[in-house]
Amino acid sequence: MTFDIGDGVDSAVNYILDNFGPLLDFIAAAIGLVTNGIQDALLATPMPVGLAIFVILSLWRIGLGFAVFTGLSLWLAEHMQLWSAMMETLSLVIASTLVAMLVGLPLGIAMARSDRVATVVRPVLDLMQTMPAFVYLIPAAMFFGLGAVPGTIATVIFSMPPVVRLTNLGIRQVHVEFIEAGNAFGCTASQLLFKVQLPNAMPSIMAGINQTIMLSLSMVVIASMIGAGGIGNTVLTGIQRLDVGTGFEGGIAVVILAVILDRITQSLGREGAGIWRVLFQKPARQEAAEAAT
Amino acid sequence: MAFATENDASAEPASTKISIKNVYKVFGERPEKALDLLKRGKSKSEILAETGCSIGVNDASFEIKAGEIFVIMGLSGSGKSTLLRLLNRLIEPTSGKIEIDGRDITRMSRRELIELRRRDISMVFQSFALLPNRNVLNNAAFGLEVAGVGEAERRKKALAALKAVGLDGYSESRPDQLSGGMKQRVGLARALASEPTILLMDEAFSALDPLIRTEMQDELVRLQAEHSRTIVFVSHDLDEAMRIGDRICIMQNGDVVQVGTPDEIVLNPANDYVRSFFRNVDVSRVFRAGDIARKTQVTLIERQGVSAAAALERMKNFDREFAIIIGRDKTYHGIVSQASLVEKIRLKAADPYRSAFLSDVEPIAASEPLSNVLGRVAGSSWPVPVVDDENRYVGSISKSALLETLDRAS
Repeated sequence: MTFDIGDGVDSAVNYILDNFGPLLDFIAAAIGLVTNGIQDALLATPMPVGLAIFVILSLWRIGLGFAVFTGLSLWLAEHMQLWSAMMETLSLVIASTLVAMLVGLPLGIAMARSDRVATVVRPVLDLMQTMPAFVYLIPAAMFFGLGAVPGTIATVIFSMPPVVRLTNLGIRQVHVEFIEAGNAFGCTASQLLFKVQLPNAMPSIMAGINQTIMLSLSMVVIASMIGAGGIGNTVLTGIQRLDVGTGFEGGIAVVILAVILDRITQSLGREGAGIWRVLFQKPARQEAAEAAT
Repeated sequence: MAFATENDASAEPASTKISIKNVYKVFGERPEKALDLLKRGKSKSEILAETGCSIGVNDASFEIKAGEIFVIMGLSGSGKSTLLRLLNRLIEPTSGKIEIDGRDITRMSRRELIELRRRDISMVFQSFALLPNRNVLNNAAFGLEVAGVGEAERRKKALAALKAVGLDGYSESRPDQLSGGMKQRVGLARALASEPTILLMDEAFSALDPLIRTEMQDELVRLQAEHSRTIVFVSHDLDEAMRIGDRICIMQNGDVVQVGTPDEIVLNPANDYVRSFFRNVDVSRVFRAGDIARKTQVTLIERQGVSAAAALERMKNFDREFAIIIGRDKTYHGIVSQASLVEKIRLKAADPYRSAFLSDVEPIAASEPLSNVLGRVAGSSWPVPVVDDENRYVGSISKSALLETLDRAS
């Protein structure tokens, strides 16, 4: 006996296409607004300005050495003619991470607060993460056509699980005495969430966001197969033409972007770099004295 | 701290602040069934086997008076922390009544409960539970912030609370920059900032090293003297309980075994479990001179016309070497010995009675801890008289009485 699950999925996709057209259009429009907005802004930024922003961010969050690395590697990308492709990819990453956080953070919080929600959501997350990424491309293209919007949507599905999981985990791991303290001083449920649970879960949540960014970067490259654009196109061209050089250049650009994004987002939960404090911040003591007056 | 029961009677009877009646807490899936079995007299292990439920608190009933430091004591797992958490419903009681100022908190709605926690009850935790993302000031202001107090006012109150615990100047520090003792001072300031009438302290000083612990106990007693609150203090340390507690409640396996003043518990322990706590206790710190002073010595009232010879006669009748001379108002006058009386009579001294007083005897104040007078009693050839604050004779401490008391500890 054989089950044809594939047929079922096909007809479900067709059913959705036939009956939820306006909803799909709305989603596409909303995501398109975000993705295209970010993309336009990044592409409109002149290369030297963009490069300077990255270098300053690196200097602020990590330090002098990494700032030098950022400057040199982005300069290299520019000279491989990949700067604008990189910005396209970055805008897709930012857009899909924003959408993933918008959906993923509340979902993670809901999981942390209810074991039942957690039981239902967990296998869905497993499915989202382990399903070969290419599989999302087909329905995404069917529902939303070709371009940046279906690329963003496929990326969101693939990259959302870490932020959901680590938000859930982070909140559940908040020490029970913090929860007791919150309750003992008369917190309402939402005060407990915002004043006790989320601040204490922040390192875990930030790790989740970092993972989501990394996953979306890898997915964005794949999403170029449905016309999402960006560095993925360069890699795809390399594959189609069996042009190892072009493929390698694209690969290097992805790695550069990945390293910069990873280090900067990882540092967001921490204090700024020493050199930045020395150069631009007032000593802590002086700040405290000013706050006291 | 009350130590002489006679003094209690004269003090005004304190009103009841917290009243606990037949309170049970059952942990597990089927609390009703377990409760039913418990009331039918099944043992805790039988109930655990039958229902999988464990009994946290079993039929606790007692009252806590306004303004006292009430210590709940027991070994770990005895249910003392559970009992404490029932008082602000961090843990929900399974059955029973818990009244605070006459209001049954077990019937309160969620909203009323939050109001109660914001206004009347605050808590200090063993591991401090300071929020690491906030500085000292904002930790101290946490309760006020949650209660919706405006920024300026909560800053003022939190700074005042920090000052009260000796932490002014640290308001911008992060909790992880502070030592354990300082962290708990912040915990105390956080609890005091909202000016609650009840303070719940869960092993608040147990995580601190002994010197700091003693310092914090003194701090608490000092704060209590400045501004009287009702403090419920959980501890597993009897020395601590004796040191700060006005009354002590001893718990064993979820049962309240005994409630009483430190003296009552030391003098009349309810069972071997309670007695076992004293094995390591330095009783000389628990007792004061007045507690073990006995009126077994002959006392002679000094008045006109009593001859030294009559006094000597009385002492011989009682077969006592020494006699305490007191006035009609029971004030202590002096101590005489047979030998000194005989000598003065033989020398025909002008006032043989008075001149026979042993010169180097200084009475001990009844409030003096026993540990401070051990040397004097041990080094004295006669029983040392003890007097109260108005110089009235309370009794005397003999070497044998002292040894007997200290022996109780072992």
